[in-house]
Amino acid sequence: MTTPSVRLLAYARPMRGRLALAALAGAGTTLAGIALLGTSGFLLARAAEHPSVTALTVAVVAVRALGIGRGVLRYAERLVSHDAAFRVLGDLRVRVYRRLERLAPAGLGRFRSGDLLARLVSDVDATQDLFLRGVLPPVAAALAGGATVAACAFLLAPAAGVLAVGLLVAGVVVPWTTAVLARRAAHRASAARGTLSARTVDVFTGVADLTAFGAQDRALAALDAAEADLAAHTRRNAFAQAVGAGLAVLTSGATVWGVLVLGVAAVEDGTLGRVPLAALALTALAAFEAVAPLPAAAARLAETAAAARRITGVLDTPEPVREPVLPLPAPERPVTLRLRGMSARYAADGPWAIRDLDLDLTPGRRVALVGASGAGKSTVAAVLLRFLDAERGSVTLNGRDLADYASDDVRAVVGGCPQDPHVFDSTVRENLRLAHPTATDDDLRRAAADARLLPWIESLPQGWDTPVGAHGARMSGGERQRLALARALLADPAVLVLDEPTAHLDPAARTALTADLLRATRDRTVLLITHDLTGLDQVDEIVVLDRGRVVQHGPHDALDRHDGPYLHLTR
Amino acid sequence: MKPLDPRLLRRARAARAFLAASAVSGLVTTGLIVAQAVLLADVLAGAFAGRTAAALTPSLLALLAIAAARAAVAWAAEALAHRSAAAVKTRLRRDLAAHALRLGPGRRAGGGPGELAVLASRGLDALDAYFARYLPQLVLACLVPVAVLAVTVRADPLSALVIALTLPLVPIFMILVGLHTRARTERQWLLLERLGGHFLDVVEGLATLKVFGRAKAQAAVIGDITAAHRRATMRTLRVAFLSAFVLELLATLAVAVVAVEVGLRLLGGGIDYRTALLVLLLAPEAYLPLRNVGAQYHASLEGVTAAERVLDVLDAPVPEGLATGEGPARPSLANVTVRYPDRDRPALSDVTLDLRDGERLVVTGPSGAGKSTLLALLLRFVEPSEGTTGFGHVPAEQWRRGVSWVPQQPHLFDASVADNIRLGAPDADDAAVCRAAHLAGAAAFIEELPQGYATPVGERGARLSSGQRQRLALARAFLRDAPLLLLDEPTAHLDGGTAREIRDTVERLMAGRTVVLVTHDHTWTRAADRVAELRDGRLTVHEPLAVPA
Repeated sequence: MTTPSVRLLAYARPMRGRLALAALAGAGTTLAGIALLGTSGFLLARAAEHPSVTALTVAVVAVRALGIGRGVLRYAERLVSHDAAFRVLGDLRVRVYRRLERLAPAGLGRFRSGDLLARLVSDVDATQDLFLRGVLPPVAAALAGGATVAACAFLLAPAAGVLAVGLLVAGVVVPWTTAVLARRAAHRASAARGTLSARTVDVFTGVADLTAFGAQDRALAALDAAEADLAAHTRRNAFAQAVGAGLAVLTSGATVWGVLVLGVAAVEDGTLGRVPLAALALTALAAFEAVAPLPAAAARLAETAAAARRITGVLDTPEPVREPVLPLPAPERPVTLRLRGMSARYAADGPWAIRDLDLDLTPGRRVALVGASGAGKSTVAAVLLRFLDAERGSVTLNGRDLADYASDDVRAVVGGCPQDPHVFDSTVRENLRLAHPTATDDDLRRAAADARLLPWIESLPQGWDTPVGAHGARMSGGERQRLALARALLADPAVLVLDEPTAHLDPAARTALTADLLRATRDRTVLLITHDLTGLDQVDEIVVLDRGRVVQHGPHDALDRHDGPYLHLTR
Repeated sequence: MKPLDPRLLRRARAARAFLAASAVSGLVTTGLIVAQAVLLADVLAGAFAGRTAAALTPSLLALLAIAAARAAVAWAAEALAHRSAAAVKTRLRRDLAAHALRLGPGRRAGGGPGELAVLASRGLDALDAYFARYLPQLVLACLVPVAVLAVTVRADPLSALVIALTLPLVPIFMILVGLHTRARTERQWLLLERLGGHFLDVVEGLATLKVFGRAKAQAAVIGDITAAHRRATMRTLRVAFLSAFVLELLATLAVAVVAVEVGLRLLGGGIDYRTALLVLLLAPEAYLPLRNVGAQYHASLEGVTAAERVLDVLDAPVPEGLATGEGPARPSLANVTVRYPDRDRPALSDVTLDLRDGERLVVTGPSGAGKSTLLALLLRFVEPSEGTTGFGHVPAEQWRRGVSWVPQQPHLFDASVADNIRLGAPDADDAAVCRAAHLAGAAAFIEELPQGYATPVGERGARLSSGQRQRLALARAFLRDAPLLLLDEPTAHLDGGTAREIRDTVERLMAGRTVVLVTHDHTWTRAADRVAELRDGRLTVHEPLAVPA
């Protein structure tokens, strides 16, 4: 069985040299501490026999070296492990990004919400912890523990056996038990925790509704009830959860005691010298430092398992588009797109998003696709932009099957603005220039002017170099949409697909933007997807969609005269 | 950063109790550590001197008892930490919720509502580690070194001197290295966070990047940026990790010095074997809690930060409402101006309005013109900065009892459908709830839900469509049955068909009530007795034209 965490570990293979070095340094740090106490015990016991000073020279030097070595090793371990973890993280970021790039946007249905995507990104970052705090400590502990037991075996084999058992219990059984108990407690309390978190969110985000309806006290009482419920769980579980802490102390105490009893008996019957006894006892006492970080590591592994599962889930998501093995040469302009009986959906067994669509986009023709939300408008855009493959029917570009072109080549001639265009946390200039990196400042100005964004840009104190904030937070909704339109105009593809360019705007802004957009795209090939019906008398054809099917089509004047779905939408 | 905020102790009794209990368990643990060292030295020295196992049995048994006792204390202390953390979290969360509700929706309680909700739930969870790991170690770090020094100074003053001289160096060096690197480290973490932000930004914008053929090139950019940041971060860490280096070096080197120094004097006969062992066993114990405190630094930082943020929010004063006048309240405004502290221009300026009983006023205007502020004023969410109202003299709670509100995006609570409808009328019986649902056109879909009126709506009404949510808000208003009805964009965000159906329901709800409806949809003006227009905070009321019969 390959668990998600193990698969992520496999991605760290190029870094295995550095990771091994980090584990060795970690084990060395621990061993230096253990050996320091063991050697010191030997030093004192030997000194108590009053030999000549030279008999102690080696021990004295070793003790001093270990005292310094531990600090040096710790420093090396921290540096090497962090460096390796950062490198693995960089690798994984690129790997996940490459995958997301293949999937976006149609294959990312589950991640449509920004929250989920943000969590995925923080999941990737969390893999840093998987290595630093989840994987390296156990490896270092196993190395250090094994070496300590082996050293003790030279002195007294039964005592080494006791120590080995003690270390295994403290390093494996106790952390495992603690993790299981914690998980069980969390599971039992999960309903109470969920209720509490929902009610907490309710109080803070529902303040207005609660205040308006005088329900504040009731909401607080509901929160109190949820708190009391969870507190009862916590009280019941606290002692079970704390068992791990007690067991760890008990195991180390009992092991040292066992080693001591065996050692004293061995000294009595002559199988162990009285000097090695001190070394043995103090080594056993210090040995538990090796397993001390393991409960935290177990908890960390459990935490990162969920993150790893979500990451491998993305890596395993099937691609929504099949790239041709031998793609056709990139299409040449002018471009004609023809759809015949096209049907598409987002999952192989899911509901049809669009069915039996016929559509012609010949050069210079402007078509509007209208309908209520969920009618399948954006699916058509996804198919034309090769974000999604049509499942039935045919889609041709200049007479050849769209699927026979490389999708990047298709998007070089079919472009525009996708639904909810993204504004990057950069400057106005960079946000516009991404549509055409080699564009001159004149090109940028012209595109901005056509989208009527230029007056706004020129009114800014920093002009084109104004930072727009994350998600364009410093722009209004209208400015963001105009930026997206300017981008589309700057890229100047043969076919413009504009998906809801006036979404999230108030009616006045919508009307103004639609007018500008229709003026700026005159004589271009355009597919305009909208649920806003003002100004559509200027397009050549209107296609009305309802629940994935065409219910009406024709020019505005024809549709406007019949009592049909189009009139129903405009009313 | 303070290791322990005194405000936390003042506010949460559980925190005080826990600190006291930690002191007790710390004292007991310290005593047990010293006793264990003494007994271990006894046994080893005894065996060295040739005493038999039988003769050492009492000491060995005592050692076993001490191991059990230490385990029991560790167990109890950890359990106590869990319970105390839960109690403190409960207290802080409740205080924060009560504070936010007292402040009301008009004022921001130190952050947006989402931010506060995260702080109150996940943010406070950082206190678990703070209580369970950090505070107990802090107590031990104060107690154990003192006890070790007290015992060693009597057994072997020279070793005590070595420990006493090196021990203070640990915190001093940590602070020195910390001061030197903190600014750089913080800047680096900030950069790292920004890098995470950049990655998220690129991933969120993938569709846009793909449309413009820029997506593939970004993979290399991400790799390069991550690598550049790794190098920069490692440069900082090389200095920052010096604190770990110094910590380990001081602690282990001091033990090594003690071991060698004691060993050489033992050789010369200046000290006996048992005392030498005792000193060697105790020396590392003096440094251990200090090292543990250092290792738990991050746990402490998160916990302290979360607690401090909550305490800061709670320390913000709650303004007292002034409600002194007499006479009946009227929905009227006279020369009212509303200013928000963070904006230059007033949200409403010099607004005068007198609502007649039973009239329908439709207020139109572009977004940002002050429509929501007008409603917030009538709901007493905000108070006028200038001017007077006809209802300012009665307590806000009492005024709101006569007001019903259908917000643009109603908040549905994680409770049953029936309880959500009952929000404004908690004592209404089931029949009344059903009647309100029928009037709001919500009965049909509610009855199709798996548990009907008892169905939980899920967090923020996740199970329902926006039209259904709007209907529940209307049902709330029907059940509330208040004389003044405030409606905020009742049909925005709905598609054509649904909007038409909701419109009929709203007409029904408006019958017989005094209504203020704000919208930028001009078709509502057909239903109005009077129409008003808001532009840049100024209200113009159009008196109705005489309609020919």
